[in-house]
Amino acid sequence: MAATPETPFPAETDLVDPADLIACPTCDTLYCARAPAFGERAVCSQCNTVLIAPRARAGMTIIMLAMTTVILVLGALFFPFLRIDAGGFHNDATLLDAAMSFAGGPLLLVSLAVTLLIVVVPITRAGLILYVLAPVVFDRPAPPAARPAFRLAERLRPWSMAEIFALGCAVSLVKVADLAQISFGPAFWMFSSLVIVSVVQDNMMCRWSVWHAIEQGERA
Amino acid sequence: MTAPRLTARNAGLVACTGCTRVWPMGTPTCARCGARLVSRDPRSISRVWAWWVAGVLAYIPANLWPMLQTRTLAFNQSDTILGGAMELVRHGAWGVGIIIIVASVLIPVGKFIAIAALARAVRRGARTGAETRQRIYEIVEYIGRWSMIDVFVVAILTALVQLSVVASIQPGPAALAFALSVIFTMFSAQAFDPRLIWDDPGPETVPPAAPESTRAPA
Repeated sequence: MAATPETPFPAETDLVDPADLIACPTCDTLYCARAPAFGERAVCSQCNTVLIAPRARAGMTIIMLAMTTVILVLGALFFPFLRIDAGGFHNDATLLDAAMSFAGGPLLLVSLAVTLLIVVVPITRAGLILYVLAPVVFDRPAPPAARPAFRLAERLRPWSMAEIFALGCAVSLVKVADLAQISFGPAFWMFSSLVIVSVVQDNMMCRWSVWHAIEQGERA
Repeated sequence: MTAPRLTARNAGLVACTGCTRVWPMGTPTCARCGARLVSRDPRSISRVWAWWVAGVLAYIPANLWPMLQTRTLAFNQSDTILGGAMELVRHGAWGVGIIIIVASVLIPVGKFIAIAALARAVRRGARTGAETRQRIYEIVEYIGRWSMIDVFVVAILTALVQLSVVASIQPGPAALAFALSVIFTMFSAQAFDPRLIWDDPGPETVPPAAPESTRAPA
């Protein structure tokens, strides 16, 4: 997977349409955009930020993964993810229990934050991606407000923490291992697969290609 | 040193950090993605410091107050973050103890130091190269969210360990302080404009092209 350096910006600026120019968001270096072949990446020569990385059939893969995310998070809401047994008592914890565990007092804020980070944001983000990309992938015109929708999806990216929660489950398991007997429920495995889904999705997503596709889709 | 390069700013253009499109300098918002366009945000560093201070302030009670209150038949116990991790290590759970210490102590403190160093280098000049600072910035951006794991562990344990008299776990106030500290620090890192790392500290060597020289987009 060779990195193809971008064409440097030519000196005679009046020959170039600004629509064909891109600037590296990390270091502001200016380039003439030229889409590399599928599987290749256009990398900023100054700071090595990946500018364009189109993948074959990326659109279809991304909407499939987004659907997977919605199903997994919704499913994980209702199935228990951990089960504890000790001294004749047992307890199943679902995601909703965990999100609501701080109920009451100022810690309610933490409850709210946890719910947002592991349920609301991942589902919202997947929903927005489906809304924007599904018509584009199936050669339909882009839906209304596709641009703000995709921008919001991009801004939510760092706040989607379902995969961090999955690792948190594993840590909790060891933490109370000497206190009681713990076993994983189905929701734990659902969240664990979310880790892989989110990594693959981030790798497939080329923002430049999506913006390009939205623009084409609106023109159609 | 790297080869001379032309930045969007030097070409009289402003770049959209959301979708990499460029527009003539002075365009307020990106007509493609709707993001606000700022060539270099002069208030970026002030915002970084404001969130940074908030993050550090929230981190202090996060370490002093109890994170977990465990009640079992045998004992009643309040653990701070560090106390809980030490407890795990003492019980032989080295791996998890180390994960907790790394996620809740080393990473947050490292992030505070890294962000402060990056922001300071913009104003005072840097002793390290731009590549190194770029790498530090990428690491801070990537790793910041993982600190949240400690809050999730508290939420999971509280939901799970509710076994009437045998054992129960309640969250402590440090959970709120810690969550706020992580969130504030993420805002601080996001407020930082990485283009400031790459800007030449000296006077501009490339004369900025007049905006008229580029054809205005339709």
